[in-house]
Amino acid sequence: MGDTQTPVVRMSGITKHFLDVTANKDITFHLYPGEICALLGENGAGKTTLMNILFGYYTCDEGEIFIKGEKANLSAPKDAISRGVGMIHQHFALVPSHTVLEIIIIGADSGRGIFLDFKTARQEILQFQERFGLKIDPDARVWTLSVGEQQKVEILKALYRDVDILIMDEPTAVLAPSETEELFKTLRSLVEEGRSVVFISHKLNEVMDISDRIVVLRAGRVVAERNTAETNTRELANLMVGRDLLESIEKKTLEPGQPVLEIIDLGAVDDKNLPAITNLNLVVRQNEILGMAGISGNGQTELCEIIFGMRAPTDGIIKVGNSPLKFGSPASAIKLRMGRIPEDRIGTGLMMDLSVEENMILENHTSSDFHRYGLMKSKKIRQFSDDLISAYSITTAGRDAATKSLSGGNLQKVMLARELSGGPAVIVASQPTRGLDVGAMEYIHQRILKERERGAGILLISEDLDEIFALSDRIVVIYEGKIMGEASGAEASREQIGLWMSGVEK
Amino acid sequence: MSEILDIAFVSGLIGATMRMATPLIFATLGEILAERSGVLNLGIEGIMLMGAMTGFLVTFSSGSIWSGVLAAAVVGMILGLLMAFLAVNLGLSQHVSGLGITLFAAGLAMFIYRLHFGSPTVPPIIQPFKQITLPVLSEIPVIGPGLFTQYSLTYIAWLLVPVMSILLYKTKLGLKIRTVGENPVVADTVGVNVALTRTLCLVIGGALMGVGGAFLTLAHQNMFLIEVIGGRGWVAIAMVIFGNWDPVKGTIGTLIFGFLDGLQLRLQGVGIAIPFHVFLMIPYLLTIVALISVSRRAAVPAALLKAYRREEKGG
Amino acid sequence: MIRFKIEKRKPLPGWAKIVIPIAAIMVTLILSAIPILIAGGHLWKSYFYLFYGALGTRFNLLETFVKASPLLMTGLAVAFAFRAKFWNIGAEGQLLAGALVATVLGVSMGGFPHALVLPIIIIAGFLAGGIWASIPAILKTKLKVDDVVSTLLLNYVMIHIMGALLFGPLQQPGSSWPRSSAIVEAACYPILMTRSRFHMGILIALLAVFVIWFINKKTTFGYQSKAVGVNVRAAHFGGINTTSVILWTALISGGLAGLAGVGELCAIQYRLIMDISPGYGYSGIVIAMLGNLHPVGVLFSSLFFSVIIVGAQTMSRMTGVPTYIAEVIQGMALMVMLIFLLFTEYKLRMVRKS
Repeated sequence: MGDTQTPVVRMSGITKHFLDVTANKDITFHLYPGEICALLGENGAGKTTLMNILFGYYTCDEGEIFIKGEKANLSAPKDAISRGVGMIHQHFALVPSHTVLEIIIIGADSGRGIFLDFKTARQEILQFQERFGLKIDPDARVWTLSVGEQQKVEILKALYRDVDILIMDEPTAVLAPSETEELFKTLRSLVEEGRSVVFISHKLNEVMDISDRIVVLRAGRVVAERNTAETNTRELANLMVGRDLLESIEKKTLEPGQPVLEIIDLGAVDDKNLPAITNLNLVVRQNEILGMAGISGNGQTELCEIIFGMRAPTDGIIKVGNSPLKFGSPASAIKLRMGRIPEDRIGTGLMMDLSVEENMILENHTSSDFHRYGLMKSKKIRQFSDDLISAYSITTAGRDAATKSLSGGNLQKVMLARELSGGPAVIVASQPTRGLDVGAMEYIHQRILKERERGAGILLISEDLDEIFALSDRIVVIYEGKIMGEASGAEASREQIGLWMSGVEK
Repeated sequence: MSEILDIAFVSGLIGATMRMATPLIFATLGEILAERSGVLNLGIEGIMLMGAMTGFLVTFSSGSIWSGVLAAAVVGMILGLLMAFLAVNLGLSQHVSGLGITLFAAGLAMFIYRLHFGSPTVPPIIQPFKQITLPVLSEIPVIGPGLFTQYSLTYIAWLLVPVMSILLYKTKLGLKIRTVGENPVVADTVGVNVALTRTLCLVIGGALMGVGGAFLTLAHQNMFLIEVIGGRGWVAIAMVIFGNWDPVKGTIGTLIFGFLDGLQLRLQGVGIAIPFHVFLMIPYLLTIVALISVSRRAAVPAALLKAYRREEKGG
Repeated sequence: MIRFKIEKRKPLPGWAKIVIPIAAIMVTLILSAIPILIAGGHLWKSYFYLFYGALGTRFNLLETFVKASPLLMTGLAVAFAFRAKFWNIGAEGQLLAGALVATVLGVSMGGFPHALVLPIIIIAGFLAGGIWASIPAILKTKLKVDDVVSTLLLNYVMIHIMGALLFGPLQQPGSSWPRSSAIVEAACYPILMTRSRFHMGILIALLAVFVIWFINKKTTFGYQSKAVGVNVRAAHFGGINTTSVILWTALISGGLAGLAGVGELCAIQYRLIMDISPGYGYSGIVIAMLGNLHPVGVLFSSLFFSVIIVGAQTMSRMTGVPTYIAEVIQGMALMVMLIFLLFTEYKLRMVRKS
């Protein structure tokens, strides 16, 4: 298929640098009409950058782009949109306070003169909804929608602009398995009409499921191109990582000990004062990893903030060891020897403009080891951070280097080093490997397992089911702030977990 | 004390409220426009002072009061453009850029005034705006005379309130402005020029601030004094927060301030034995109280204070 | 068509921190030619008198230090607050608070042991400024009131408090002007050099530079305040009591500004007048930025501004350029410095488009 046709998109010799990093190096990429082409590669391989170039969001340093046979000089997304290229970013950017209608029609000229014509636009959108089976109330405010619904809005937005080349960046990361099925159906109906889809992903199974053709990127270069029918996940994994992908997770059999973290009847509201968590109960024991699966936005953020001491719940008790956690006080969580890995490591965990050392010392700087009468013992602090840098093999110009100069994997290592340095009894890790490459991911998994062996009880919150299955002793699923069910790590089935994730009871 | 309840007193107070609110309405609408697009313009106080000085100078030299208003608007636009260059094109700290504009513009206003007029013992004056009494409407009992005997700039200010509301909520440009102020990435990825939209808002907003300043030297007073703005720019910024970035609610805030300002002028006249500085203080104190009451549930434009650069990431 | 794009650049070496402010000052001085020429001043003569007026004679040189002392204090005040992202635009009001309290004590402490008078006034002035600054800090941390707006508005509140007192209880008996009685002699700062106004406040300001440097660099509080400024959420996550850090930062910041007011009252004016500060609090913002929020940087930038302000007097007298040129130069310096700072992290790239 494909090869005999003229490509609808032809990118050749694309090179893009960001400071020291070469994100794309001499890439050639073709897209044919009526196909779903998967762009496969691990985090940081340059997939998103390449597509941002096609979308006009980034400009390439070298290379040429032809769209529908014409050379395209793309200096802004509007140049791409006018040529029929649309892109839905992974963390798609929405405006919570806008209505669905406003989000869809902005920038697309409808209506007479300077005024907006909501009436005509509403009708047009309802027609689109009919045609593609994307049902959303056009007058709903965006913040009231679920992430899956917001994604539908994004697709509608692209269709409203008459896009026939649709780029989707990791679209399933935010979806439950059933929603993924629905999305795939929509994508198939789009290509049947002659549109083309680029599907960016690092998940082998879904790439095999949805695509007609697969282009594999590694370290900014195209390393292979395969027709989906002629390849398999094993080969793809090998191509993607450059070696056999067999993360050897060797889990020792350990008997869980005393409970170290108990969450009892927890209830909480979110920033909009809507219920986020209702009647949640959990126990984590020594030597145990409790995996919490679930699509993000189902109360995980609020739960973490409560456990981390940053948010006060409306109901309930949390016990760490045997002492109650003082709500709204991160200092209390630190005192109770909790290691905390927040999902938003850049915004919550780290101070990017400070040095590595200043980040390492954050939770310890008031301990008597590191100060006397308010004066910092700089020699001891230096020793402390040098030790951690070598213990966690952090690649940095030194303890005085600005934290923002570190790579994503090393940032997470700084985070781990700080949080685990005190040998915590409880570790709560939220999305600890999100956005990291395979090497860093493996490192972090090994660390978490080591902590389990040491005797820590670990609550692992993740939307990556592979990670949950690989590490957990027990698995719970969170949906709309409630625990839908619990299964033992060894016996849990993906189907059952998937159902719970979409809110289906047994 | 019975004077306080006098009809003439009430009518006068309504008129004074409207007058004192006028410069604030201009300034508040200008600031709302800027902040809705995501830029806090702390240059407002300086822009108003430059507007007041320029309006006065041009009127003094040309004899045409509307030329003065126009010149004040143009100066406001230029300073708005300078703010856009610093905070939008270069993406510098909005706080510091704005304060820089205020210091620069305030210095410049006094510099130019001195250059032109020297240091006369009696400050030069102009023939200010005259109040226009609207027929029929001004005959409404009690409130009529106060509301409808006003300067033309006051009427314009009132017209601008619905205009700004319609602009923001009903027009294509308004949707673009709101989107740029909430999430510039969304705007950019649907083809809206973020920098241009913000620049436009700062320039138009600057014009409004300039005219607001000019009202003080062309209508409220007939001379230019260095302390003529007296923190009204900062009050306007507070009114934007108080009004939750909405033109109508912001205007309600300016009316409250205008009322207090008008009241303190009247009460001074009544001759109560309290230093007039105590009255002068009240509007500022109540503005702070007003901020306290709304700040916890303020719906700040999400992109306010954030510079937008497309290729920020390294991956 | 040629367009310019702003791109991230690799970090500049350490010397850039010193070179950049100097370059910014040079560019500002060059740009100052525009208002000088507009005012019809002779360019070289103007520059000459600007510097001669500030540095040319012993008296003028010492005057430059006298003028620098309040600027240094307010500059430190602003820099210390900004470092913790407490947007204290209220140094002007805090300065007045310090001067006001110093006046109340200074006119009434005649019967006190002489050695106690100044220490008490200095401590009280510090506290007055600090407490005045902690009001917006409390509003910010407890009620989420924007600190920029509240500190600005409180400046006007303080001016009117001062006005009410100067027309009321503090007014000099028999005077119709808004001015207080003179402070007692024990309340005056000692003059340290003959035939000049070089006073003890200058030493206090220099001491403050060291103290602030020491706090920033060596103490856990300095670390916490920096962490709060860089990322308040991460600081909170890390167990720092951000409310208390912001409060203490405000107290110290306002205290420094308060001391500037004490200095102006007890060493320059000797009695409270409405014009006790020609906007030192606002100049402090420019000085703090130009000094890159570093205490030593603030020291040098306050000296630079003092040169401009003192020199502008002579320049005005000799060339007829209005003294307000000093304010214009301050505004320009701030903007030029901002732009220069941008280019420590970013660079301009020219993009050609067909």
